[in-house]
Amino acid sequence: MTQALSRTDTYLPDFQALQRTAETGGQTWLREMRDNAWSSFSHLGFPTARRGNEKWKYTSVRAIAYADFSHPQDLDPDTGAGAAELKRIAPWNDDWMNLVFVDGRFSKVLSGGTGNANGARVTSLADAIRSDGELVQEYLGRYASVEDDGFTALNTAFLEDGAFIHVPDGQSTSSVVNLVYVTTGRSQPRVSYPRTLVVAGRNSRTTFVESYIGLCQEPYFTDAVTEIVAQEGSRVEHYRLLMESTQAFHVGHCLVYQAKDSEYESASFSMGAGLGRNEFEVLLDAPGASCSLNGLYLTTGTQHLDNMISIDHAKPHTKSRLLYKGILDGKSRAVFGGTVLVRKDAQKADARQTDKNLLLSDEAEIDSKPSLFIYADDVQCSHGATAGHMDDNTLFYMRSRGLDLEAASRMLIQAFAREIIDTVQLQPLRDYLDKIVLEALPTASIRLGGGS
Amino acid sequence: MSTPRVISRGATTSSELDSDYKWGFTIDIETDLAPKGLSEDIVRLISDKKEEPEWMLEWRLKAFRHWVKLDQEEPKWAQIHHPPIDFQDIHYYAAPGSKKGGPKSLDEVDPEILEAFEKLGIPLAEREKLAGVAVDAVIDSVSVATTYQETLEKAGIIFCPISEAIKNHPDLVKKYMGSVVPYTDNFYATLNSAVFSDGSFVYIPKGVRCPIELMTYFRINQADSGQFERTLIIADEGSYVSYLEGCTAPARKKSQLHAAVVELITMDDAEIKYSTLQNWFPGDKDGNGGVYNFVTKRGKALGRNSKISWTQVETGSAITWKYPSVILQGDNSVGEFYSVALVNNHQQADTGTKMIHIGKNTKSTIMAKGISAGKASSTYRGLVKIMPSAEGARNFTQCDSLLIGDQCGAHTVPYIEVRNPTAQIEHEASTSKVSDDEVFYCQQRGISVEDAHFMIINGFCRSIFQELPFEFAMEASQLLKVSLEGAVG
Amino acid sequence: MAGKDQTNGEPILSVRNLHVNVGDQEILKGINLTVNAGEVHAIMGPNGSGKSTLANVLAGKPEYIVTAGEMVYKGQDLSRMAPELRAREGLFLAFQYPVELPGVRAWQFLKAAVDALRVHQGQEEMSAREFDQMLKEKVALVEIDPDLVRRSVNEGFSGGEKKRNEILQMAVLQPTLALLDETDSGLDIDALRIVANGINQLRNPSNAMVLVTHYQRILDYITPDYVHVLLDGLIVRTGGADLALELEAKGYDWIKETAGAGA
Repeated sequence: MTQALSRTDTYLPDFQALQRTAETGGQTWLREMRDNAWSSFSHLGFPTARRGNEKWKYTSVRAIAYADFSHPQDLDPDTGAGAAELKRIAPWNDDWMNLVFVDGRFSKVLSGGTGNANGARVTSLADAIRSDGELVQEYLGRYASVEDDGFTALNTAFLEDGAFIHVPDGQSTSSVVNLVYVTTGRSQPRVSYPRTLVVAGRNSRTTFVESYIGLCQEPYFTDAVTEIVAQEGSRVEHYRLLMESTQAFHVGHCLVYQAKDSEYESASFSMGAGLGRNEFEVLLDAPGASCSLNGLYLTTGTQHLDNMISIDHAKPHTKSRLLYKGILDGKSRAVFGGTVLVRKDAQKADARQTDKNLLLSDEAEIDSKPSLFIYADDVQCSHGATAGHMDDNTLFYMRSRGLDLEAASRMLIQAFAREIIDTVQLQPLRDYLDKIVLEALPTASIRLGGGS
Repeated sequence: MSTPRVISRGATTSSELDSDYKWGFTIDIETDLAPKGLSEDIVRLISDKKEEPEWMLEWRLKAFRHWVKLDQEEPKWAQIHHPPIDFQDIHYYAAPGSKKGGPKSLDEVDPEILEAFEKLGIPLAEREKLAGVAVDAVIDSVSVATTYQETLEKAGIIFCPISEAIKNHPDLVKKYMGSVVPYTDNFYATLNSAVFSDGSFVYIPKGVRCPIELMTYFRINQADSGQFERTLIIADEGSYVSYLEGCTAPARKKSQLHAAVVELITMDDAEIKYSTLQNWFPGDKDGNGGVYNFVTKRGKALGRNSKISWTQVETGSAITWKYPSVILQGDNSVGEFYSVALVNNHQQADTGTKMIHIGKNTKSTIMAKGISAGKASSTYRGLVKIMPSAEGARNFTQCDSLLIGDQCGAHTVPYIEVRNPTAQIEHEASTSKVSDDEVFYCQQRGISVEDAHFMIINGFCRSIFQELPFEFAMEASQLLKVSLEGAVG
Repeated sequence: MAGKDQTNGEPILSVRNLHVNVGDQEILKGINLTVNAGEVHAIMGPNGSGKSTLANVLAGKPEYIVTAGEMVYKGQDLSRMAPELRAREGLFLAFQYPVELPGVRAWQFLKAAVDALRVHQGQEEMSAREFDQMLKEKVALVEIDPDLVRRSVNEGFSGGEKKRNEILQMAVLQPTLALLDETDSGLDIDALRIVANGINQLRNPSNAMVLVTHYQRILDYITPDYVHVLLDGLIVRTGGADLALELEAKGYDWIKETAGAGA
């Protein structure tokens, strides 16, 4: 990783400016946290090494490492985007608590419904650092380690704003929390560092949507980190939408800690970013913890989307379900890297991992690596992966019932995607996804194996 | 047809380590030994001992110079751990007797060696030789005998030590050696290309179906020596050969390095079936000693409708690092990989395959069974790569792991790379243990707990054993039982 | 093989005040049962009454813990015997859910079982030819598809095939005491007839059978000498074959009421 070392310097002036000027509400720990993260980042750099770099085997981040992105301090988050435009593009419901972040910073003007809802606290991270310093300090950076991941270290070095959700024991968020991270086209090329912290208390319920949206055509870079702490008996429902522009670089890292009997359910939809990375790390740290991660990735043009999902069964009687599906068109490339680890003594672990891919064009490429690492004997673990095109027999069957080839193909592709959309339990979000995912699905250049 | 007792022949042991490994005896023979260490001089010495032509020496030297450039950068990605290997503390050439280039006929072979191979179940003498199997016996760096030469010659088949092929069939060797595994391929293949000692060479002419099984038996004997054999098999148009490989080593305290290269080439409509029973010394119960088995095996299905099939039963070695692979270049060519890898005590195995689909309508099948017991770790690592040209390619992969006890590990790391939309790839994997219900069911029918385990584990491996020649399958099953002793019951 | 070592006059099985736990839960709460040579007993009861537990604890399934009482089989204390030893001594359990053994051929499995039995009895192992011949006869006896013995044990068998395969194993092993755990469940009428037929042919004066069943219908084909009704871990009623018919007519609730009143 040494070859990219010097590239960290391009971030230094912005880092120094931040530490000099940004107000931390008297929280010195935050300054120290940033310093520590910076020193890690300057050691780690970006993971550009090609040899022995299994975590980034199929994705080169040289384009990020060798670009010059700036992080200006003086952008007004309230003037970057129009409310009407946002409501049109982003998932939105006036009944939800909508928090909008423009170029990494919270916009009060564009947001609505924040504050204390049913005892739950939903606010910007910058505000939370000032008002709930102790709680934030306890959990921020606890699971997103800066020691081994350059992108997480960089995000932490620039930690300033983002979203904070805290649901106290036994409470639930009274409505859905909708986090919208928008990048605008004001000064280019730019990097933003969204940070989300969710602390779900014992036996609490939380539902939140996290989306990343690009409103510009120029290149930019989003380096996002999300931390979720699911305490005993809690249930967290998490939806993640990647809708960055086709020129964007996005590296998103989501870390989930799960205590006894907690439940984590996520559905992730990746459509946007020229080069995108969607990484989840789930730690099942106590008996009864279970998680279910579903994902759909759609790539076209020259897009490159990398999904990296790690599930750590650290304790006995834990359960995980992983189902990711990809639809690839154009010259795009998608990656699925799944790792299920069952630690020694984590008996009765139950893990299932599946990745299915539909290739629609001659020039698309899928690289799938669903791995299992098992150190306990009384476990049920399986994984499966498939890649291919639409089944000719099925197409023929549909055509013999009078459907034309295009209609039949479209129906099959939609059915393939719908399995993931149907896992969304929020009706308004499902309607929204139905619309945008199905619109985004390619119909042109459908490639057929046999007789057309 | 009599049964070649390849593996489970009892032998008196005078091994250095207290171990249940029955093949751990040493052979007391005079050995011609190169000094320890690796240098250009050693490479020249090996080439000279083998009376090689100049072009061969040049090739070795190119490999050696490349290896020096690699600066001891061994591959790091495998799920294996071992202390650093001191490549200067190894004898790179060890040959029984002092005769240059090895014995010319059985009469010249040291009786001690003949006796040793008898002990191993591989009689070499004309009147006792195995029925239906031609054997090339390799001890340390030299092939000591090859049986059934006449039968093979009549069919036009060449089966000889590679050192002889270099002298007698230079055109074939020059054309194909390094064409599948170039000397730059990987650290150990580069090392092998510089210092390879002996191994087998096979050429099956057009349209010939080899009437008997060909077998090479490898034996490491000398202490602190490495074994670097090199095998090259060419099946010309429409030909067929079934090739078997067996290996054992003395039980020594210090780990020994084995870094072989095997290259297979099939022309149009040809088929090679390559079977291995790998039973190198696995080390003792505490993980002392044992062979480091770092091997590069690859076949190129060059011709249309050609087929390469690897079957391996890996029970030996302290560490196994091998990925018998197939480059499916010819249209409609077929690649197969059937594997049982069993690890016990402190053994580690990182093994699997690579199926590279280039030609149209190429088909590959991977069936891997990993069994882990004791404190051992077993990893399946396999690549299925579909190139843009591989229209209509198919792959089916199934990896199953069985864990015995809660101190071991079983891992599955598949890599699936697809660049053609008409390909159909399916991968399945599962992890299980021998269930209490299965054992109780067997017990209720009067079968002991230990026998129940062997029966169930054998069942788990059955689909792989079926791919082996019958006698080899019997041996494999026995080998499994011996290797698992103490792990169950 | 069967009954040769039968002790004169002594019962084959004698169960006294048997209490059995699974985990912390007591399933059997004091069972008494005596089975003599030549007898067929039916044990009936509703789901969860402990019928299968009784069959499994006699066969020695590890998770069933005997907390009190005794099980004497041919004069030997069963609780001190490993499951395979009980089997070699002629105690056979036809499983309610026969286990699948992937890759283990039925032929190979049965040969191993027969050899274990013969070695235990001080005999030579059977030759493959002799075994094959014997197996063919038994296959015909239980009207099973001869192809099944070449397949993996129970793998991919239908429910009926699995049950018939259990009866085949019983025919091959010729036990002294056969425990048939819900062997009739899930069988259609033809399969039931075939299974019952097989069982009847294996019946002789020196062996004994215990049929564990929920329904009376198998007893139309196999006439029991005794019918026991098991309720909540206890035998609450014992009678002749007519008890089963009465039970069929009146249902288990009737027994529950009368048992409750009697207790």
